Amino acid sequence: MPEPTPFHERTAALCKSYRWKEWAGYHAVSFYDVCHSTEYMAFRHSAGLLDVTPLFKYDVRGKDAAAFLSRIMARNVHKIKPNQVSYSCWTDGEGKILDDGTVMHLDEDFYRVTAAAPTYDWLARHVRGAAVTVEDVTAKICALAVQGPQSKNILKAVSDADIDALKFFRATAGKIDGVPVTITRTGYTGDLGYEIWTKNEHALKLYDAVYGGGRDYGIRPAGLDALDIARIEAGFILAEIDYFCAKDCLIESRKSSPYEIGLGWTVQLERGPFIGQAALAREKEEGSRWSLVGLEMDWEELESLCERYNLPPQLGSGASRAGLPIYSGGEQVGKVTSSTFSPILKKYIALASLRSEYAELGTEVQLEYTVEYERHTITARVVKTPFFDPERKKK
Amino acid sequence: MSTVYDAIIVGGGHNGLITAAYLAKAGRKVLVLERRHVLGGAAVSEEIYPGFTYSVASYVVSLLRPHIIRDLMLPKFGLDIIPLDASFSPLPDGNSLCRWDDAARTRREIARFSPRDAEVAPEFSRAMARISRFVKPIIDGPAIDPASVGPEELWRLLKLGRRFRGLGKDNMVRFMKMMTMSASDFLDEWFESDVLKAPMSVSGIIGTFLGVRSPGTAYVLLHHYMGEIDGAFRSWGFSRGGTGMVSMACAGAAKHFGAEIRTEAPVSKILMKDGRAQGVVLENGDEIRAKVVASGVDPRRTFFGFVGEEHLDPEFRRQISRYKLRGSSGKVNLALDRLPEFKSRPGDEHLRGDIAIAPSVEYLERAYDQAKYGEFSRRPYINAVIPSLVDPTVAPPGKHVLSCFVQYAPYHLKEGASAWPEKREAFGDTVVDTLAEYIPGLKDIILHRQVLTPWDMEQQLGLTEGNIFHGELSFEQLAFLRPAARWSHYKTPVRNLWLCGSGAHPGGGLMGGPGELAARAILSSGETN
Repeated sequence: MPEPTPFHERTAALCKSYRWKEWAGYHAVSFYDVCHSTEYMAFRHSAGLLDVTPLFKYDVRGKDAAAFLSRIMARNVHKIKPNQVSYSCWTDGEGKILDDGTVMHLDEDFYRVTAAAPTYDWLARHVRGAAVTVEDVTAKICALAVQGPQSKNILKAVSDADIDALKFFRATAGKIDGVPVTITRTGYTGDLGYEIWTKNEHALKLYDAVYGGGRDYGIRPAGLDALDIARIEAGFILAEIDYFCAKDCLIESRKSSPYEIGLGWTVQLERGPFIGQAALAREKEEGSRWSLVGLEMDWEELESLCERYNLPPQLGSGASRAGLPIYSGGEQVGKVTSSTFSPILKKYIALASLRSEYAELGTEVQLEYTVEYERHTITARVVKTPFFDPERKKK
Repeated sequence: MSTVYDAIIVGGGHNGLITAAYLAKAGRKVLVLERRHVLGGAAVSEEIYPGFTYSVASYVVSLLRPHIIRDLMLPKFGLDIIPLDASFSPLPDGNSLCRWDDAARTRREIARFSPRDAEVAPEFSRAMARISRFVKPIIDGPAIDPASVGPEELWRLLKLGRRFRGLGKDNMVRFMKMMTMSASDFLDEWFESDVLKAPMSVSGIIGTFLGVRSPGTAYVLLHHYMGEIDGAFRSWGFSRGGTGMVSMACAGAAKHFGAEIRTEAPVSKILMKDGRAQGVVLENGDEIRAKVVASGVDPRRTFFGFVGEEHLDPEFRRQISRYKLRGSSGKVNLALDRLPEFKSRPGDEHLRGDIAIAPSVEYLERAYDQAKYGEFSRRPYINAVIPSLVDPTVAPPGKHVLSCFVQYAPYHLKEGASAWPEKREAFGDTVVDTLAEYIPGLKDIILHRQVLTPWDMEQQLGLTEGNIFHGELSFEQLAFLRPAARWSHYKTPVRNLWLCGSGAHPGGGLMGGPGELAARAILSSGETN
């Protein structure tokens, strides 16, 4: 039975659709109104306000904190500067991915790690004699994401922090209506956006200040359905959908390395020992069997296929997590793991896992597509991700 | 020797820019010449009053072809279309109707006026969507000319016939009716409630000098139903940053593919030699040469203004002189200190879409009556939008833009079109007075008012007779008859001169079809090789 987040009183009042889903043990809104589309639009043209409290959060403190996290993370945590946030992943000893998340360097010898799945045990078991403490603050710290082109104006209007000086993937402390917060310029929409972190007891005050102050900037509460479209457009993978935590896999073939899910760029091999290093070094040299790619489907082909049935193009209204087989020359060479119609790009796009020999940009493959219960294939092309990458995100 | 371009595009409106982008994408050396300091033509955003961005003329987007958006990667260059959530029609008696993007809610709203209409409405939408899907390939390809006997044309005609049969008997009949009936008669066949029919019928008159009871307006209704966003027909949207952003995205794409764009470069003449277009002469006297010239300007101005009647054969000259432009609408843009409050319904949710002042079919027909005799309507049809509610970039926080499309404002006043400048403010007052009947506090919150009469649209935006579609979208000026019989394929009787604006098939609206199809026709002609 999921439980409410500290923002529940506000989100429940706004959630006219009564459409909720479970997110990591919490009630999370799927969409607030008739459907998700206006919320998606808010992410892209004004700002969406999203309760991201269910993320798992761990505070790591002590003089060995950087060294300790460097041993766990695929990334060298020593290099993360104060007030910098870094996206990373971590693997088991075989170099198979466990989870992905951010590492925030919030103060001297103080880091906060966010994760999609419970990670306390994995962190705590590697502490051994190090001068470091790991605290699970998941149930103590709540968080709001403000994402979209107007998010900067909103944060400038409601907080006392120097938002203009806050660069992409940086953190700052500040106050919003007297509430002490940490503001990070991070998010899961691939747009200009911020996440605001505070203690649970301040939740409602924070919500009122941000939502109230954002009204003149077109802020809208947004749910997970809208987020799912935005994150696919941004090319962001989702744990348990686009890859699986190695610990939970019943069979080897379900496990992935960071290289196989597009996170190779987070792996920093040339440094002191870290978990999975040898296996990852080997894979880097020998190459990976799988690659995560962006696919763009041939819309004209899809349209004429539907036309044969006298039907308009048929696509679900939101993002789909249905796995779909991908073929080349009649042989299955991969699978789509997340797909959506991109409202802003007017394209049917997908994240897919392909055998590496098919992963080169421009390669054409065939994707399964069903019309009137009959299976067909349509042409899909391997393209660069992010599919949508507005300049404002980093500017 | 100065550079010779492969193509010069006259006019930096959205169609001209789209033609430029497609030609440049195909490797042609392209120059776009725009008279004004801003690009966009009628699809232009301007900060007329500090802090407020008006979509000066064209104000909503629906017909912009999705394949053009994909081909030219327009989102990469800033295109962002926000669907409209609602269609609100306030009534003078304090009642109101709102149609939502939510079937159940819309049914409940309509049922307050007619329980039968509430159930018929979704059936009507399905029929319109089906017919729109039949029409879609017609507007997405060059016009099919039934008078032509070329094998390709006959083949396309045959295919069209087959697809027509695929519509099914009921929809075939409906389609034929739409081609011939008035919007009001056509809707009478479906609905009983005037409150519903009135705001629906106005789609049949937008931009035309006809009334909702004039035959032929049912087709224009369909033209507006074809609007397509994300595969859903009959959806409309705002362009983030105003409609000018659509043009800026097209310009961004054109530049990305290598086109050169010059603003404040007014063309005075198309350079003619031996019956061929060889380039253009600018108002400053500069001559620029090109293998082809494509005009995004309306047909009348292109042929009579830039080419010169002496270069046209009499039959073609006659057709162009009879081409109906006769603008019928104006535009009033208001900067507001705060959100207007409608007496018939408080709140803002219903204001996020379009707001129609069209309380009854009779109201609309009466508005037309005055226009027929050369006066602007004392109580006009107004289509208003408040884009700032969903797009905060167009107004300062808490302030709003109220953008009003107003019909009828006939270009040909009984005193003559040149009387418009004296009547401009009276026309603006009429619009504000009309709105104030629904928004009692309106006059107190107006910070700035921009009034655009058809005369102003002609003077400022270059739209001949202020026609927003570069020529009326009536059946006799569409498809293979646009702009003239035998010349519907972008090619003109003047060699190396092409049309790429809304005066060519598939016509006006922020659609891009003419721009794209003209570019394809130019490329396949080989004239730029």
